[in-house]
Amino acid sequence: MNSSVENVQYEQVKHPFLQGIRDCIPTLLGYISIGVAFGIVGSASQLNMIEIALLTILVYAGSAQFIFCALVLSGTPPLVIIFTIFIVNLRHFLMSLSVAPYFTKYSYLRNIGFGSLLTDETFGVAITKLMQTKEMSGRWLDGLNITAYAAWIVSCLGGALLGKWITAPEKWGLDFALIAMFVALLVLQLQSVGKTKLTKNLCLIGIVAILMYIFSYFMPLHLAVILSTIFAAAIGVVMDR
Amino acid sequence: MSMNIMIWTIIGCAIVTWLPRIIPFLFVKHVKLPSIVMKWLSFIPICILSALVVENLLVPGDGITSLNWSVVFAFIPTLLLAIWTKSLSVTVLAGVISMAIIRIYLPV
Repeated sequence: MNSSVENVQYEQVKHPFLQGIRDCIPTLLGYISIGVAFGIVGSASQLNMIEIALLTILVYAGSAQFIFCALVLSGTPPLVIIFTIFIVNLRHFLMSLSVAPYFTKYSYLRNIGFGSLLTDETFGVAITKLMQTKEMSGRWLDGLNITAYAAWIVSCLGGALLGKWITAPEKWGLDFALIAMFVALLVLQLQSVGKTKLTKNLCLIGIVAILMYIFSYFMPLHLAVILSTIFAAAIGVVMDR
Repeated sequence: MSMNIMIWTIIGCAIVTWLPRIIPFLFVKHVKLPSIVMKWLSFIPICILSALVVENLLVPGDGITSLNWSVVFAFIPTLLLAIWTKSLSVTVLAGVISMAIIRIYLPV
């Protein structure tokens, strides 16, 4: 038995929760800048501290929270707001569906916990890790999720307090943090699937871009994201045959 | 909007956001997904991440969809740095700085 190999594996699984926290750190800048920006936008949209806190804690979805503010400002009826937020966040269904099969051995309650704290970023980090390790501990995901959730709540509320002094967060380029994070996660994904599949994956990205452009003429972009993903992934399956 | 209605609207948004997040986790515990569905799911990460990037590059307008040029200009150095460094934090920082510079010097 090779003891050094055993030691390495032991080191990796000893504190999966702490490892999850550590793996969340690179995403924190994104959470903090978007969260602070949201707090500022929320207070500029005349939301009070309780409303900002409730949105942050209960909805916990960056883009949806910004859209909520915009819809409230334009006097949109509540049911239309709720339906719009549903469509905007429906992409999480696809993300949960692709992560969930790795966690079936855990209880229903743990699974509800995993799903409740799934965001674009934690999904990106978790799926990148899964591509590398093929297996994942629930404690690791908890560490990642709870760190991200805590960072989000603190920065949104911090931003709401800052909102009294700063009024235009987009001037500082902070709104681009989220897009930059998607770009980095996409590159990490391409790297983890390996060189042999690179051409095929670049091809799929091209298909997504074309579908997005076509769909943008017929539907809101949030819906285009979901449909382009569904179709392009299906094309990926066909290409693999 | 009164505070009361606002809070119920937020709760409504929370429920419709929460359900799509948790339903797959509960569903796959019951049902073993066929291998073709698993194959399809394996393409979801790349497709959805690229769709989210493209979403920000596009601006749908009256009858024509155009590019959001300030985002495109910030996107290029961000992508190059992501490929070069493969680092999440460096990419995010570089992206924010490029966007700030573009907003200051190139009012698009």
